Amino acid sequence: MALVEARDLHKSYQDGTTVVHAVDGVSFAIEPGSLVSFVGPSGSGKSTLLNMIGCLDRPSSGSLTVAGQDVSRLTPRESARFRGQHIGFIFQDFNLIPILTVYENIEYPLLMVQNWAPERRRRQVETVLAAVGMADQGHKYPQQISGGQKQRVAVARALVSQAQLVLADEPTANLDKATALQIIALMKRMRDDFGTTFIFSTHDPKIVGTAEIILTLEDGRLVSAEGHGGTP
Amino acid sequence: MKKILTIAFRNLRRYRRRTLLTASLVMLGVLSVLLFTSVTGSFKQMMIGQITDAMLGHIQIHQKGFLAAIDTLPLNRNLKDTQVDKVRAVLDNSDAVAAYSTRLKFGAMFSTFAETTNIRLNGVDPDRELQTVPLLGDRISGRDKPGLLAKGEILVPKLLATGMKVGVGDTVVLVATNKDGSVNGQNFVIGGIVEALSGPGGRDGYIHIEDARSLLRIETDEVSEVAVRLSDIGLLKNTTATLAKELATLRGKEDKPLFEIHSWQELTPFFNIVKMIDVMTFFIKIMLVAIVLVSIMNVMVMAVYERINEIGTIAAIGTGPGKIMALFLSEGLLLGIIGAALGIVVFLAAVAVLNVVPISFDFGQQKGLLLEPAISFAEIVSISLIVVAISVLGSLQPAWKAATMDPITALRHV
Repeated sequence: MALVEARDLHKSYQDGTTVVHAVDGVSFAIEPGSLVSFVGPSGSGKSTLLNMIGCLDRPSSGSLTVAGQDVSRLTPRESARFRGQHIGFIFQDFNLIPILTVYENIEYPLLMVQNWAPERRRRQVETVLAAVGMADQGHKYPQQISGGQKQRVAVARALVSQAQLVLADEPTANLDKATALQIIALMKRMRDDFGTTFIFSTHDPKIVGTAEIILTLEDGRLVSAEGHGGTP
Repeated sequence: MKKILTIAFRNLRRYRRRTLLTASLVMLGVLSVLLFTSVTGSFKQMMIGQITDAMLGHIQIHQKGFLAAIDTLPLNRNLKDTQVDKVRAVLDNSDAVAAYSTRLKFGAMFSTFAETTNIRLNGVDPDRELQTVPLLGDRISGRDKPGLLAKGEILVPKLLATGMKVGVGDTVVLVATNKDGSVNGQNFVIGGIVEALSGPGGRDGYIHIEDARSLLRIETDEVSEVAVRLSDIGLLKNTTATLAKELATLRGKEDKPLFEIHSWQELTPFFNIVKMIDVMTFFIKIMLVAIVLVSIMNVMVMAVYERINEIGTIAAIGTGPGKIMALFLSEGLLLGIIGAALGIVVFLAAVAVLNVVPISFDFGQQKGLLLEPAISFAEIVSISLIVVAISVLGSLQPAWKAATMDPITALRHV
């Protein structure tokens, strides 16, 4: 059973007097444990698609199922709960909370979203900290670590609540090539270690070919699917 | 909840200067209200103490209609001796009554042989009077004998003594007309000078009640008023009501009430000043509320605006609107608590200083009164709770805005 399944997905919005079709009749299915990238130029609909899969936005029409749940009609409160339970996010600008240490940033979803017991929480945070190679950096604040390290922390935060799906919007845009490749490698390793599905959007040529499934978008339409596991 | 408070505290620490400024504003507001309340409260209590303990007593009982005609001090409105006995019986039975004094009030001509003027007089039993209004002794100056007053002596109001150029030891003549129209005069020696006090009766003289009866040729125990001192002024309302109820059972020939009973609040215009002070305190509290509300709201609107991207992030990773709201409300709550706590600390320091170097002031004829600011624990708690509640209220709109923010818009915000 596909983890993410989209059928004739549309997203349009009004921009002044013009109707913009950001996503225009997209259909695909993504199996659990995949490493998928949405590629395409700016304005092709990658981020809109990721937002809909991440329950941050609702489709105008079509159906979208994530982890067996039709997410196209969730209320904002239901969406927040669903995201907290099933989806992790990695952002282009890392988006770590500056007043929290690395450890606390990773702990945040377990504490503020899922309410894990303290001991279980500690063990889980230490596990993912070690998994992303940041075990000795837990006490530092985000402003005390490098961009690559920040993105590692962001990966750890996305994984810590054992999300089935991690969505990353341009996760390497602010990183140099070597660091960008390390982050992609880390995502692959996490996929292998935890069985998590990673979907990232990019138009960064240095990492475009690193995903196992590449879904190419142009003007809101899915124009090609390469690799195994993705069906347009 | 602990984690939410920790995050809120760290956010306040992140914007240290702004937090300090806002907490200082709240602190100033709390300090102003506490100082105003304590100083005016002290003034109020001191003046109430002066008026009740040096002149009026806490409660007064008269024959029905006496108070309406008090300007003329009507002798035909006196309580008859049988009525006085009934009042005594009621007062003796009350646990709340600490002491009472019967007074014979009347007007007379005061003559120094060279000059003559009018004087309002209280005929009193000196011992009972001192038990009922213990601060009366402090108003007497120039007296070198023990006790308040002896037979044959008069305590003369200061303004009258100054105007008539008389002093302690001088002999004067009092001439009075009784209710039958008979005029009588007697010599008195000035035994002391009475400092004036604001309000009715504040410029009255005093003679012994037996001298008053002799001057007025009254052969019974009739009196004009009974002044009552309570063991605790906090019992005023209940005791006044209880005494009024008991005295109401004593009726006249036509089944009309014989007595009227008044608390000090109904007897002195100072009570209007007390009420005015209370109204001013209320408005000062409203100003405090406004200061706190505007300061907190302003700082919390700024906090939300500056952290839009952060709000988007925590919303995206699944933080529910309730928790986002709680985060911002907690910041307002902590700001209120910090401001109130600072205000209380500075207030206590200010009170300590004011108690070492007290403020001296004059009120009417009373000179050199000392203010000793004091405030009840309950009042401090109530003001602090108001501040904290308003701080949370001031954070409500910004917190709601944060909680209902669209995550995508928030994440796009630079």
